[in-house]
Amino acid sequence: MDFFGIPPQALFGQLLLGLINGAFYAMLSLGLAVIFGMLNIINFTHGAQYMMGAFAAYFLLQYGGLGYWWSLLLAPIIVGASGVVIERLMLRYLYKLDHLYGLLLTFGLALIIQGLFQNEFGSSGLPYRIPPELTGGQNLGFMFLPNYRAWVVGVSLAVCLATWFLIERTKLGSYLRAATENPALVQAFGINVPRMITLTYGFGVGLAAFAGVLAAPIYQVSPLMGSNLIIIVFAVVVIGGMGSIMGAIVTGFGLGVIEGLTKVFYPQASSTVIFVIMAIVLLIKPAGLFGRAR
Amino acid sequence: MIAFQHRVMIGLGVLGLVAPFVIYPIFLMKALCFALFAAAFNLLIGYVGLLSFGHAMFLGMAGYAAGHAAKIWGLPPELAILFGTSVAAALGLVVGAIAIRRQGIYFAMTTLALAQMVYFFCLQAPFTGGEDGIQAIPRGRLFGVVNLADTMTLYYVVLTIVAAGFLLLYRTIHSPFGQVLKAIRENEPRAISLGYRVDQYKLLAFVLSAALAGLAGATKAIVFQLASLTDVAWQMSGEVVLMTLLGGLGTVFGPIVGAFIVITLETYLAQMGSWVLVIQGVIFVVCVLTFRRGVVGELARLIRKPL
Repeated sequence: MDFFGIPPQALFGQLLLGLINGAFYAMLSLGLAVIFGMLNIINFTHGAQYMMGAFAAYFLLQYGGLGYWWSLLLAPIIVGASGVVIERLMLRYLYKLDHLYGLLLTFGLALIIQGLFQNEFGSSGLPYRIPPELTGGQNLGFMFLPNYRAWVVGVSLAVCLATWFLIERTKLGSYLRAATENPALVQAFGINVPRMITLTYGFGVGLAAFAGVLAAPIYQVSPLMGSNLIIIVFAVVVIGGMGSIMGAIVTGFGLGVIEGLTKVFYPQASSTVIFVIMAIVLLIKPAGLFGRAR
Repeated sequence: MIAFQHRVMIGLGVLGLVAPFVIYPIFLMKALCFALFAAAFNLLIGYVGLLSFGHAMFLGMAGYAAGHAAKIWGLPPELAILFGTSVAAALGLVVGAIAIRRQGIYFAMTTLALAQMVYFFCLQAPFTGGEDGIQAIPRGRLFGVVNLADTMTLYYVVLTIVAAGFLLLYRTIHSPFGQVLKAIRENEPRAISLGYRVDQYKLLAFVLSAALAGLAGATKAIVFQLASLTDVAWQMSGEVVLMTLLGGLGTVFGPIVGAFIVITLETYLAQMGSWVLVIQGVIFVVCVLTFRRGVVGELARLIRKPL
């Protein structure tokens, strides 16, 4: 049983890898979209904060003796808190300026964070073990499914959908969406918009850190793990458009799968396929697949 | 007002002529190439309001093209540089046509992503030499007569190229075309309603900027006899943003000053490894938070004259 001359093990194996990459694209682009909606800032530090999440997990294990499950809870809180500090100390002075300054400032922060970690840990990766509950795998007949990878796809999908539910279907989310449209009016109704902005940034950053913890056992924990990823996530965001939460999720997973399939059928193009798709989307539908024209 | 800028320019020219007797010429040539690169970048951010976060692709691709032409095809340096510049212009036409379909923040992300695509292309394509790059590019003889192996001769050739590129940019900024670009930066819908085809203006400015960035990259490849992945990587795109921001966005002389400061810093900090990244990051943060006019912008405000 071959598909176009490709053995099914290879095909489904790459498909799974694609889904996993897609899970990270989805979680990161979701965070970018949520932050951009409230702060009007493209958070270039997102890749570095994803890396910080992975390192937080590593530190918690190394120095605190706290395992994977604690890290999954604590790392997003710690890194998110650092995000809150950044927002209070720096980002809030930029809201009235051109959007470009937000990009430049967060780019500078990304350089600082990456430089500090690289200085301390070099460029090679540190290993992080898969938690014992999730080792091993299932034989599905047509392929072998490692438990941890299934868990990553499942939990990231759950987190994405929960975020969508929080923003689109709850009262808090409706405040958030209203504040995105017209912050002055929402403030006039007695809602503390500046605090909401701060917490939104902390939440987006925490989401990146959560993705970092999930990634730690799959890729190694390395200072460089976020810097190349963030550029791909930017392309994902341009393709999907930042207007819609569901759009970010669908685009993230979809592009991961497409990238995985490209690895099977035409491996030379696998590192560039997302950028090519971005160029095509820009030519056909400049606002992005789910974007609103502005 | 213009006369003052002319006087500054003549002063800078004289400075450029005597500088190699005081300062190490190889360092000067590096800084000059980056000054032209930053000035070309500044045409977009400073005068059209477009932040390109992928300008390294033009610098790097032109370097590869010029290196390939000089080493493999055996072309003389002037033709190799011309070829590199044309490749960058052609790439600029394609990338520009795609990127100008979005504004603001999306434009920056699009150019960054397209530059990353070019980076991966350069990593895999056979003619770039992958991780090794193109090494030992011959400097050759300019027009078959002038031997560029002599450092002083090479310096004055580079100075001439960079000055020519800079004057072209200066003329562009002060031409009617440049005025339209500024109008687009200030208020794009108004420029459209006045009947200007803003997309054509933006694209032309993008191609011009790409070509001059390519001129800088091709010259750099001939000077240092090397074309490598460093020049196409996203860090390089960030560096040119840093130079221009530090010098002063939208000022005539800012990119030159910024390039010299950043290159000087990097030369002195070269042994410090990753601390360079940290220091660059700190400069970014400080500039954005407290120093948005940049060195030249602040100076211009102090002496109340445009620079």
